[in-house]
Amino acid sequence: MSDVSPSVRHYVNQFARVAGSLPGDDLPWLKARRESAIKRFSELGFPSPRNEAWKYTRVAPIEKRAFVPPAETFEVSASDVERFYLSETDCHHLVFVDGRYSAALSTPGELPEGVLIEDLSGALKRDPELLEEILAEGDAENRHAFSVLNSAFMHDGAVVKLPKDGVVTYPIHLIFVATGRQGDFVTNPRVVIHADRGSRAAIVESYVSLDETVYFNNVRTDITVGASACIEHYKLQRESRKAFHISDLRVHQSAGSGFHSHSFSFGGALVRNDIRVGLDAENAACTLNGLFMADKRQHVDYHTYIDHLKPRCVSQELYKGILSGRARGVFNGAVYVHPGADKTDAHQTNNNLLLSRDAEIDTKPQLEIYADDVKCSHGATVGQLDENMLFYLRSRGIDEQAARGLLVYGFARDVIDRIEVNAIRNRLAESLLRWLPHADQVRELVQ
Amino acid sequence: MLSIKNLHVAVDGKEIIRGLNLEVKAGEVHAIMGPNGSGKSTLAHVLAGREGYEVTSGEVSYEGNNLLELSANERACEGVFLAFQYPVEIPGVNNTYFLKAALNAVRKHHGESELDAMDFLSLVKERLKVLHMDESLLQRAVNVGFSGGEKKRNEIFQMAIMEPKLAILDETDSGLDIDALKDVADGVNALRSEDRAIIIVTHYQRLLNYIVPDQVHVLDSGRIVKSGDRELALQLEEQGYLWVRQEAASA
Repeated sequence: MSDVSPSVRHYVNQFARVAGSLPGDDLPWLKARRESAIKRFSELGFPSPRNEAWKYTRVAPIEKRAFVPPAETFEVSASDVERFYLSETDCHHLVFVDGRYSAALSTPGELPEGVLIEDLSGALKRDPELLEEILAEGDAENRHAFSVLNSAFMHDGAVVKLPKDGVVTYPIHLIFVATGRQGDFVTNPRVVIHADRGSRAAIVESYVSLDETVYFNNVRTDITVGASACIEHYKLQRESRKAFHISDLRVHQSAGSGFHSHSFSFGGALVRNDIRVGLDAENAACTLNGLFMADKRQHVDYHTYIDHLKPRCVSQELYKGILSGRARGVFNGAVYVHPGADKTDAHQTNNNLLLSRDAEIDTKPQLEIYADDVKCSHGATVGQLDENMLFYLRSRGIDEQAARGLLVYGFARDVIDRIEVNAIRNRLAESLLRWLPHADQVRELVQ
Repeated sequence: MLSIKNLHVAVDGKEIIRGLNLEVKAGEVHAIMGPNGSGKSTLAHVLAGREGYEVTSGEVSYEGNNLLELSANERACEGVFLAFQYPVEIPGVNNTYFLKAALNAVRKHHGESELDAMDFLSLVKERLKVLHMDESLLQRAVNVGFSGGEKKRNEIFQMAIMEPKLAILDETDSGLDIDALKDVADGVNALRSEDRAIIIVTHYQRLLNYIVPDQVHVLDSGRIVKSGDRELALQLEEQGYLWVRQEAASA
């Protein structure tokens, strides 16, 4: 490993230091997977801009800092965490503080028979056979370097297993809290969701911080949706404005299943999300909705991939970006209709709003069709606030600032309104209002 | 109420309004007719305060004050209302919120308290009836997915809620079927009063069968070339605009 860069060597050295204390160290299969992952990471190195998928997102700011796993756990009070709850509904809560499961703060509540909602480190002790099986589900594929790094270092996270026809009524809310009390730490949360045939649940991943400090959250989520099962997945990213957040979400869908993703990105200095959905059996349907908002010097990148592998699957995608200040956004939406995936129905839209002269977006819809008799469309727009709309609002007495705010709100609200769960929709509308400039004026107009 | 003297307006350096004079008193309804491109819509937009129109000379006084100094929203708060020829769709903004925001902006401007939700709703329902509008339109985004007729009704509905002093209707009749035309006219007529003035900008005299104007003006090449009573509108419908233009040229 003499030819690796110092930044890669830093993680290799860290691995050597902490490997013995990582959860499941007594499990030979896991130990072997971690070792092969760190080896793979040292081969891959950090992605460079020469790599097409990382052309617009430079990860040098992450490489430059020598992030280390959190050395100690900090006390967090229940009230610190409860403010991140969805106030209008009961939830099954699992809470993670600086990447580690907090049993004291978690309230998994009563669950239907056979439903498993557990912390990863605990599950590795209690049910290693199950974990050996479901953790492997996402490993076979090519994952990017950060995702591989997560495989080596993953410390904790959530395991959700829904049995055949198991229905969870309330949302499962996974809250990842960064305390910010230790500088320059990295966490590698892993979320695994395995939904057997006919099961249903809504799962929320929240990433929040108690303080505006620098840290690196390197997240990986693997979801398997069995035949006729339906998973609603929400991701609410509200990290510290100085934090780095990279995530890799993979989804596998079986026949007649539904997967509906709503991803919201508010925080972070440098944010990159990869979402890849494989429609690997007939009549599966997926929805990918997303809203990213960035100002000042924030950078947010969404790379989504939908693989239509079998006939008669449906995918609907809507992403919207709102960028101001000197913020930079990237949207790359790939839809592959593979040979044999006839009668595919795939539609993608990406609309972006640039609120300042220095804000920038790179958007790239990418539709590749190798099958027959398909209905596919894609469209991307980049624009400023519409002058006709502004004048219309002002001609009704609404002042310019409020009119601008209201139009931004309306633009974003379109994505939020697609959320099925009321409590989540209202929570997001509130986050949006807080993010908006002249929030108070807009709030008056819409409440 | 409104006094326009020798108004000149240019758009992108091209003069559209070229020395226009108009006096409108409270209680009056004026129709401004004219062929396409005569400057009718430009006049409507300039009065409403749209940016991008350069007033190169002339004055517009509204209730004794210089209207041109006010921003679009200030004009609206002072009681100027433009019913748009092409009402704008605003995705994501609920029609009810929008109406309430508009009404409360005006009330706030005059130092009045905001209308509470109950009073607002009863006002809205009462006005909806006049225009034969479906209540479900209130829950939709502003003008999104509305038919042409629904959009125009919505304009007049907004006007009925905001109760302006000076209402300018820009081609409100275009694209309306006869039922919608009557509803719109009923909405406007319900608003006619001693202390309110209405300017109807239109190409055809059809709407004037239902809203009888006190004065009719013919606008051509940015100037008012003839004024008269409603007989003039009927004459225009029969004979077109050419004779007015010829008469003006020979005068």
